[in-house]
Amino acid sequence: MPKNSKSKNNNEGKRDFLIISTYAMAGIGAASVAWPLIDQMNPAADTLALASTEVDLSSLEEGQAITVTWRGKPVFVRHRTPEEIKLAKEVSLDDMRHPETDEERVPNEKFIVLVGVCTHLGCVPLGQKSGDVKGQYGGWFCPCHGSHYDHSGRIRKGPAPTNLEIPSYKFLSDNIIKIG
Amino acid sequence: MSKSKFKNPVVKWIDHRLPVFSFMDHELNHYPTPKNLNYFWNFGSLAGFALVTMIVTGIVLSMNYTAHVDYAFDSVERIMRDVNHGWLIRYIHMNGASFFFIVVYIHIFRGLYYGSYKAPRELLWILGVLILLLMMATAFMGYVLPWGQMSFWGATVITNLFSAIPLVGESIVTWLWGGFSVDNSTLNRFFSLHFVLPFVIVGVVILHLVALHRFGSNNPIGIDVSGTQDTVPFSPYYTIKDLFGLSVFLSFFAAAVFFFPNFMGHPDNYIEANPMVTPAHIVPEWYFLPFYAILRAIPDKLGGVLFMFGAIAVLFILPWLDRSSVRSSQFRPIYKIFFWILLLDCILLGYLGAMPAEGIYVILSRIATAYYFFHFLILFPLLPYIEKTKPLPISISEPILGGGSTASAFAVREKK
Repeated sequence: MPKNSKSKNNNEGKRDFLIISTYAMAGIGAASVAWPLIDQMNPAADTLALASTEVDLSSLEEGQAITVTWRGKPVFVRHRTPEEIKLAKEVSLDDMRHPETDEERVPNEKFIVLVGVCTHLGCVPLGQKSGDVKGQYGGWFCPCHGSHYDHSGRIRKGPAPTNLEIPSYKFLSDNIIKIG
Repeated sequence: MSKSKFKNPVVKWIDHRLPVFSFMDHELNHYPTPKNLNYFWNFGSLAGFALVTMIVTGIVLSMNYTAHVDYAFDSVERIMRDVNHGWLIRYIHMNGASFFFIVVYIHIFRGLYYGSYKAPRELLWILGVLILLLMMATAFMGYVLPWGQMSFWGATVITNLFSAIPLVGESIVTWLWGGFSVDNSTLNRFFSLHFVLPFVIVGVVILHLVALHRFGSNNPIGIDVSGTQDTVPFSPYYTIKDLFGLSVFLSFFAAAVFFFPNFMGHPDNYIEANPMVTPAHIVPEWYFLPFYAILRAIPDKLGGVLFMFGAIAVLFILPWLDRSSVRSSQFRPIYKIFFWILLLDCILLGYLGAMPAEGIYVILSRIATAYYFFHFLILFPLLPYIEKTKPLPISISEPILGGGSTASAFAVREKK
């Protein structure tokens, strides 16, 4: 009798093992089938290949701004005036929600390059055109929910949690930048 | 109220209010199924699997496809080259269509061999033929979407079939096209319909299953189940058998997808559609070839179209064309021979449909077409008056339990 029940137990252990390993294999199989169906929604190779934009800044006069498209998003480039640069550099960081110095944000102090998407909920802030509202701090103003950005694109007032994003870019020459 | 069979309190609570679990338990678990089903009974569940695969991959493809004459071809090439795993998903969808038809054709011929269309399963059969028609329409419109040369000219030829209708034919074709040739409007409506029809198929499949579960599956002997001794619960017996069949099916399917993805396609469809130039030799996808051969066999435009659709129409009335009360071919020695002739005839028609419409091929197409209609319209109604069928077993259990003689069958029954 004890011998009999022992062999029964062994069989049950074997059966549990078989059932669990079968379900595990089925789970791995289902996951491997599901992955291509999910991953196809990620950016495709051609979308990733379009990830850089070159901009010529030679015709951009002091005080002017241009908006270029990079990865389907607007990128703001503004040629800052000496007063604007001075303001951006000298302001105290103490009261800022997202303290960053102007030097950290702008490698070439004349040209500021920003992703023109409000960090609140993704609207495009105003301030690129000459007639635009530029907000209380003279930089950019998001009309959707009232976020004010300064000359360095830092959030100074309103609901946005962080400063305007800086895309990765480099100067290919004095006047040409490559974004991305 | 009897005590609930479910232990899980959440399941029990839901089931008391919405008896989905009881329903599934009844239809998928306990569902009594004849115990003598052979592997030809796997093809129904395989067809269901193919349908789900096509819908899932299709939804995913539609996320990357552009239904516009200027972009459709390029968007498909983008799926093949740039979209993550796009090549895999498209090859599954493309070959999935062929495998869906392979499975469904075997399913249909299984029904023909074992008389699964006979009373009381006439509506089950008719719903199945309806699914076949919907599948054909869906497959045809899907083939147009990549906007290659075969897409374009296939669409042109098939829509032009309707111009054979007297008086209103031309207006109908213009209406189908939404213009004066196959163009952007046509592509857009085909995309829309190709997306929605599979869900209509799902609806008809549900009706097909409701009708199936009314009387249960037919079986290789073709006699009715006489009691619980003739059946086994669907689960685990047939769930496991279906899963085993599925793994065999998937082996073939994966081999095609990974090693021969373009075997069943046409190279011409990798050339973008050009309304100015027809390819030298245009043929439909292989699953339409027998019908295409019938179309070309008739030397008259309207006649060809009528015979082609007639080839499917006869399937709808098959339950009443066949006058034999014996279902399974195992007990119909003469019909059994003709069944194989019909199968070969359909394969021959398929071959002829792929050949150029000239010389010997035309003559053979006519003979094969004539046989097809002879088989359905003359043989089925008249054969039972000539054929002497073999004696039917007393029950499904009898031949399985090895009782060669009726005496042993009686012995089995009496033991019950």
